[in-house]
Amino acid sequence: MSDLVSESRLKASFKDSGIAALITLALSFMLIGMRTEISIGGLAVDYRWAAVAITVVVVFAGRMLLNMYVWRPETPRTVTFRTVLLGLSILAALVIFYLVDRFLGAVAGLSPARAIESNDWLWILLLLALAVVAAIVATALLGLAEKRAAPTGPGAAASIKAGLAPLGKWLPLALGLLAVAVPFILIEWLGSRGSRQYLDLAILVLTYIMLGWGLNIVVGLAGLLDLGYVAFYAVGAYSFALLSQYFGLGFWMCLPLAGILAACWGMILGYPVLRLRGDYLAIVTLAFGEIIRVILLNWYDFTGGPDGISGIPRPTLFGIEFDRGDDGFAALFGLQYSSIHRIIFLYYVILAMALVTNFVTMRLRRLPVGRAWEALREDEIACRSLGINTTNTKLSAFATGAMFGGFAGSFFATRQGFISPESFTFIESAVILAIVVLGGLGSQIGVVIAAVVMIGGFEFFRDLQEYRMLVFGLLMVIIMVWKPRGLISTRKPTIGLKRRTGISADMVQEGQG
Amino acid sequence: MTRWKENPVLTVEHLTMRFGGLVAVDDLSFDIGRGDITALIGPNGAGKTTVFNCVTGFYKPTEGRLTVRHSSGDSYLLERMPDFEISRDARVARTFQNIRLFGGMTVLENLMVAQHNPLMSASAMSFAGIFGLGRFRRAERRAVEHASYWLDKIDLVERADDPAADLPYGDQRRLEIARAMCTGPQVLCLDEPAAGLNPRESAELNALLMYIRKEHDTSVVLIEHDMSVVMEISDHVIVLDYGEKIADGTPDAVKSDPKVIAAYLGVADEEVELVEEEVGL
Repeated sequence: MSDLVSESRLKASFKDSGIAALITLALSFMLIGMRTEISIGGLAVDYRWAAVAITVVVVFAGRMLLNMYVWRPETPRTVTFRTVLLGLSILAALVIFYLVDRFLGAVAGLSPARAIESNDWLWILLLLALAVVAAIVATALLGLAEKRAAPTGPGAAASIKAGLAPLGKWLPLALGLLAVAVPFILIEWLGSRGSRQYLDLAILVLTYIMLGWGLNIVVGLAGLLDLGYVAFYAVGAYSFALLSQYFGLGFWMCLPLAGILAACWGMILGYPVLRLRGDYLAIVTLAFGEIIRVILLNWYDFTGGPDGISGIPRPTLFGIEFDRGDDGFAALFGLQYSSIHRIIFLYYVILAMALVTNFVTMRLRRLPVGRAWEALREDEIACRSLGINTTNTKLSAFATGAMFGGFAGSFFATRQGFISPESFTFIESAVILAIVVLGGLGSQIGVVIAAVVMIGGFEFFRDLQEYRMLVFGLLMVIIMVWKPRGLISTRKPTIGLKRRTGISADMVQEGQG
Repeated sequence: MTRWKENPVLTVEHLTMRFGGLVAVDDLSFDIGRGDITALIGPNGAGKTTVFNCVTGFYKPTEGRLTVRHSSGDSYLLERMPDFEISRDARVARTFQNIRLFGGMTVLENLMVAQHNPLMSASAMSFAGIFGLGRFRRAERRAVEHASYWLDKIDLVERADDPAADLPYGDQRRLEIARAMCTGPQVLCLDEPAAGLNPRESAELNALLMYIRKEHDTSVVLIEHDMSVVMEISDHVIVLDYGEKIADGTPDAVKSDPKVIAAYLGVADEEVELVEEEVGL
């Protein structure tokens, strides 16, 4: 009996892998198989059938192995989730081939080896986009076949989930360790001069991760659509800048003050606004965001208006400054002075701030207040019937989110050394909201992925110049079609009697504002 | 006959609710006895749910006084309190005609949200909770135990970690009642708890309500159309029609009241005898 089952499974897996290989062949025929090369007298097409064959074989073998040993479904079929994996395996094959091609130039005797350039990243990202498109097309095509076939047993989906469970557990830890190691990796790889640009980018990404986490409390947990989040970022930045300008206070002194001030502004703005719901709430928060910016722009005597505020003090390490002097960081630690030290320090400061944000948010989610936020998103009327003061609960979400925005703003001010209202336009709010929505409302790790893709990707696409926005918009549309509730949309329960399994997005409400 | 007047947990006096020109509830007065199961019945549109919404603070009554007296002796005037205070301080809990569970949260989480206020004060407005202080952890453990107690009573221990939206309809109804009970109410208002239940589920519901009355210091008020539920478990029946009270008494007394029969059959009072003859009563 079991022989029979395994034999039929082998047959079905074989067929399934065959389909995957066929799709790969169709896709790689043009993408990998042909390449235009500059030759004497114009362009010539270079054929690389060996590479195509390798890709197809890799996909076939990989899928066969996954079917037989990892997924172990009774009737393997290329269904949605596995199709995504198919897309990713194509991607992996493409990227591996590309890298091998670039570095070794050995596969099928192709172009000569050369060092990696910034341009290469662009290509890799484009390939990534292509893989996503391929996955969607394949899903659509195979979805048709799926409808005609028998419904999938719960076993297949469950075994995939079980297979991926350790990933969900270890991914945050792995990302955290990677984040800690980033400066050293970069310096080791590119030297202190070459890595500065990437470290700056990493700091920017981390700032947005922190902002995303802050906004996630308001939008993701409490379900209040806030389009004016940048106002609190501005309040934090200006609090620090003005406190240092008028009272000569340093960064570490101002950091908590900026957070408290932003939280206060959150409550002051929130109190009248939170009576509104849905679209109305969104419009009014947007207006408040603009009001803050316009006040900063026009109150020339106090804020410097469009001239901004410059000479904002840099953060110190327990009073040690990062300068060339005898009591600077480099001199005290017996290192040769380098401007990269301060960048690394800034990187760790924002990393620590972001991690604190994450820790507090995760903690709050498991406290009564966090559960009340989520309950509010699910059903406000039921909350009121259970004795929850909805106004205070909404205000606490607004204030907590605003506080983290304020912390991030004050970091922004100290990093730049100069701020002006220019930095706090509506587009910033939109980007932060896009990070939260793309990442998946309420998902902490989703925000990280979305921030890395949105901010990091945006910088990498710089070579595309004016088409950058186009590519970006396309990617966003694709992700929203593919995963309308964001990249990571399952909700993790805050408490479990025996176990804590994720709740799929279609049961979780998005909130009415 | 009128024992509910001797020690009422809820007294409604001259309650009137107008929506513009429409008078949904007109000068309604009644008492809910402590420890009783009281049924509020009447044809569709009689104003039963409006009475509930006034009692639980979702509507502000146009006129009238609503008094809750706790067994501890404290009393509260509901018409002056916002809705969340009615649940938190006056201890009047309710369920809804169209079930309002937190569908994306687990069954256990639903019951934890219901214990928001005691947990909130134990977490010292979240500050003690963030640092995981022992006081909060103990309070949370107690809350989980309390939730488990109710899960056991509604027979959903096995499904505690499933999302509430995943439960069958009957289980959702019982979970909503358990959630309301987790707030530790003096008065529990149930809006059509048996709607959409099959006979077996409705028998389970009856058992649950009888249990609540027997073991807890909670009086139950329910709106119900299912007469098997009403007649079987209630001690006191109030009948409304067009926002006015037309009968008030024990189930047996109400059952034979010609006004009630008229209201349900839709005929004028003087024709009732005629109708009764026709239907053979």
